[in-house]
Amino acid sequence: MRRYSAFAIAREALRYHSGWERAWRSPAPKKRYDAIVVGAGGHGLATAYYLGKNHGITNVAVLEKGWLGGGNTGRNTTIIRSNYLQDPSAAIYEKARSLYETMSQDLNMNVMFSPRGVIMLAQTEHEVRGYKRTAHANALQGVETEFIGPERVKELVPIINIEGPRYPVLGGLWQARGGTARHDAVAWGYARACSAMGMDIIQNCAVTGIETEGGKVRAVETSKGRIETGKLALVVAGHSSQLAEMAGFRLPIESVTLQALVSEPIKPAMDVVVMANTVHGYMSQSDKGEMVIGGGTDGANNFTQRGSFHHIEETVRALVETFPIISRLKMLRQWGGIVDMTGDRSPILSKTPVGGVYVNCGWGTGGFKAIPGSGWAMAELVAKDAPGALAADFGLERFREGRFIDESVAAGVAH
Amino acid sequence: MLILECPYCGVMADETELAAGGEAHLKREGPGSSDADFEAYLFDRMNPKGVHFERWRHASGCGKWFHAARNTVTLEVYGTYSAQVSEPPKALVTAIKRKVPGWEGWM
Repeated sequence: MRRYSAFAIAREALRYHSGWERAWRSPAPKKRYDAIVVGAGGHGLATAYYLGKNHGITNVAVLEKGWLGGGNTGRNTTIIRSNYLQDPSAAIYEKARSLYETMSQDLNMNVMFSPRGVIMLAQTEHEVRGYKRTAHANALQGVETEFIGPERVKELVPIINIEGPRYPVLGGLWQARGGTARHDAVAWGYARACSAMGMDIIQNCAVTGIETEGGKVRAVETSKGRIETGKLALVVAGHSSQLAEMAGFRLPIESVTLQALVSEPIKPAMDVVVMANTVHGYMSQSDKGEMVIGGGTDGANNFTQRGSFHHIEETVRALVETFPIISRLKMLRQWGGIVDMTGDRSPILSKTPVGGVYVNCGWGTGGFKAIPGSGWAMAELVAKDAPGALAADFGLERFREGRFIDESVAAGVAH
Repeated sequence: MLILECPYCGVMADETELAAGGEAHLKREGPGSSDADFEAYLFDRMNPKGVHFERWRHASGCGKWFHAARNTVTLEVYGTYSAQVSEPPKALVTAIKRKVPGWEGWM
């Protein structure tokens, strides 16, 4: 892999950019790999990357049904934060946030991590108490957040209307180290680094069956033939239930659509990320000037990557109330992604009833921010066949034992 | 927009007046069941890519719960039926089988 650098740009500028090479190889699958990761989204590629980097396992294939980073990795609103209430969540999301800080250097790819700060607005007394509690919890967890008053919110976000008729802004949970990053570059950076370690990233390769012998995984059937492996990591978000069914078990997951939309680009108007969970909308401004807007999930199961119109209306209504200046803004694009929701709205990183098969799923509506931490924890689980400290509480057995990591209650909404 | 016919009041109800209630026909487990059965009842879901039987409530209408058969890939609605049954009507299952070749059928 030829490194990207200022020197490389200067060198290529002198020779008409003829020397850039492909960022990752596109090989045909081998007959056997030490480990196979299904799903070349952020989480899958990060899993493969840390398998190689932290555990020295590089005979790895990443199989992708469509194209690399074409699922939820390319469809989210790119928000990064770690202000969670429950200890296990704060640990894994904070690990991820801290890895984002050095990701560009680590992967030698500019992921445009922008720690511009994230505010979660408190618009009811209940939310004020909830976020104060979260700020205290975060202090104990070593996550830097603070509860700020409405004047400080207005100072950080001049375009906000803090005296809204329905839900005036009573304060907010402020994480100055949160922010955004370029989602595609995260996937590309991991893919390039994996490829450089000798891993095979195989796109347009759908897994059609999982072969087991004596309760252990032996091979996967794919649209490009049979590939043997002793370790299989399923990291496929919306289609986790389908992959689990191939392996012969069920997951506590339902797939629903989450939508997002972006406006036409405007001049810089807001340099932090604002989330308004009571009225249900969140917004940030991209480097191109577009307002990036996210809302809530649909209620019913759906695999179409198309959501309900009334949810867009709800989200936009909430944001116009919060930011009156956007009321005349035209929306450029709207899209949906299939997210996998668990009963307690927390992810699953777990061994499964089938030996050598591991799942990383259930990130629901908040997976992008977790990508490096998720990959880090999943790689450890796959390499050692046992969860490390980050993944220990996210096992499937928590649903049987009632040890939920209940972020749906903590966040009040999807998160 | 998703439109379901409420089998109780007969209204063609828009999605905005309905509330989704999740997978239908779960076998209810209670005290005395095994941990595995209770866990499966509470959490494990079929989450099929295709024909799905669901519970819905006509929340901003007559308020009644009912069942619907819907496709999660094409978003086609096959029909709605009473809440007072523990499995879908045979005629509906037959009609869906005719429309969806390869569907394994109800359970």
